[in-house]
Amino acid sequence: MQATETFYDVMRRQGISRRSFLKFCSLTAAAMGLGPQYASQIAHAMENKPRIPVLWLHGLECTCCTESFIRSAHPLAKDVILSMISLDYDDTIMAAAGHQAEEALKDVVENYKGNYIVAVEGNPPLNEDGMYCIVAGKPFTEQLRYATEHCKAIISWGSCASYGCVQAARPNPTRATPVHKVITDKPIIKVPGCPPIAEVMTAVITYMLTFDKLPALDRVGRPKMFYSQRIHDKCYRRPHFDAGQFVESFDDENARKGYCLYKVGCKGPTTYNACSTIRWNEGVSFPIQAGHGCIGCSEDAFWDKGSWYARLQDIKAFGAESNADTVGTAAAAAVGTAVAVHAAASVVKRVAQKKGE
Amino acid sequence: MSMQQDMSKELQMHAEPAVYVYEAPIRIWHWINAFAIFTLALTGYFIGQPPPSIPGEPTFTFLFGYIRFFHFAAGYILLIGFLFRVYWAFAGNHHARQIFLPQVWRKDFWEGVVHELKWYFFLAKEPKKYVGHNPLATLIMHIMFVWGTIFMIVTGLALYGEGTGMGTWQYDWFSSWVIPLFGQSMDVHTWHRVGMWWIIIFVIVHIYAAVREDIMSRQTIISSMISGWRNFRDPSRKPGDEI
Repeated sequence: MQATETFYDVMRRQGISRRSFLKFCSLTAAAMGLGPQYASQIAHAMENKPRIPVLWLHGLECTCCTESFIRSAHPLAKDVILSMISLDYDDTIMAAAGHQAEEALKDVVENYKGNYIVAVEGNPPLNEDGMYCIVAGKPFTEQLRYATEHCKAIISWGSCASYGCVQAARPNPTRATPVHKVITDKPIIKVPGCPPIAEVMTAVITYMLTFDKLPALDRVGRPKMFYSQRIHDKCYRRPHFDAGQFVESFDDENARKGYCLYKVGCKGPTTYNACSTIRWNEGVSFPIQAGHGCIGCSEDAFWDKGSWYARLQDIKAFGAESNADTVGTAAAAAVGTAVAVHAAASVVKRVAQKKGE
Repeated sequence: MSMQQDMSKELQMHAEPAVYVYEAPIRIWHWINAFAIFTLALTGYFIGQPPPSIPGEPTFTFLFGYIRFFHFAAGYILLIGFLFRVYWAFAGNHHARQIFLPQVWRKDFWEGVVHELKWYFFLAKEPKKYVGHNPLATLIMHIMFVWGTIFMIVTGLALYGEGTGMGTWQYDWFSSWVIPLFGQSMDVHTWHRVGMWWIIIFVIVHIYAAVREDIMSRQTIISSMISGWRNFRDPSRKPGDEI
């Protein structure tokens, strides 16, 4: 039976040499910040543990998480992860379709109670009884509730599942709701990002399979190993920030010199993610390296925290072009004017009093 | 009636009753705190709206780093000063408690507020005399200064903790819960900046009221924060309330 097959068996079956397998274990240990002694632990786990079934659900989303995931540059990662885990349901990449696919989902839910993982990409829209997202003829909310009822843990892939992302941006017409607000009784790991970094995704799964537990999470529910520092903390342009050297506008001389993008709205200082260390596409680049500020895609409600091109956040309550400084200056000017008028009136009163005496 | 008696009566008329209000630690704290707020607002303004870029090799320039350093240093001075100020509310004289505990449960407190508002709207002829703060001032101090400062300390430490990182007390005690409470880091930054303007508005009103009352209420306000003594220039009118 498939479930008794170990990761190692699968890898060997796929023609991966033991040498490559051990390399993968060391690299995974390094990626997770675990130190070299854990490589053997990972190897041991992979040689002995049965594969855990994973259901990969797709709600309201753009599939960028899957697109990112299958581009995992980590040597072997996509082969290893996709063959290692028993990915029994993923409507984007599974061969089965229609009733056959739904049967696979039902099979896992019924046969592996309490022993499978649900990875959710996208989120359920709750308005109109969930009619904005239909999977297999039923609202996605129903599939989500059904699939997670007996699961061991949930992985919320990307900003959609973690926070809501673009479909939950104001005014959120479909009432797209992050997974943790719908499923409240299961451990949930949030892996935010739009999309999350491929290596982060594979590492989270590898960690869970290797150690049979959730990675250490921060208070928001994100794995600490990838989300404990800001883009800014490890940004290679940080010396320009500290020096006070900023790009004033795109395509100016400072932009050509590669100065800090803080003034043109880079959200690196407020965004917790690993882009500036792991980078993207086999470590080729990341947004700041390409000359564009971070837009903060792994932060809650980042679509509503604009502008992406200004340092100070827009304050919507006071008109289109407001930020803390325009509001503050206006308020201080109003109070200052009131004070000046009041002072003038006080002088008039005093003069009048003096005359009266 | 002899001439001498006349003279002493005259002298008595012109004597200015004085009360010792602000003890030395309060006065020192006040001016250190004022200096810290000035530094914080100035550097804080530039942290959100950085000055024009400077050219040169980043190895030899640290302008923005220094701006941030002075912001953090002044922040710590404000924090330690505020903690001391809270301690002094217990250790000091009863005036030291005033801004922390406005006596909102007392009817005459609100009557005082109303009278003070009338005075500011030129409806009352004379202000009442108070040894410490008048009720309106106490209320503004409490809401704008005390809570404004607490808000800035909490959000400020939460933002500072982002840099010091997980495992530090700033992060564990502040960032870890303040940031999710506001939504995300960007929101805390925005509210911290709104808080700066809140404090700036308080400063404008505070300085104006101090100067004005010094002149119009016939009692010392500004020099009291230097000497500690409050003098009443019209001996005929006694301090109305001893809150």
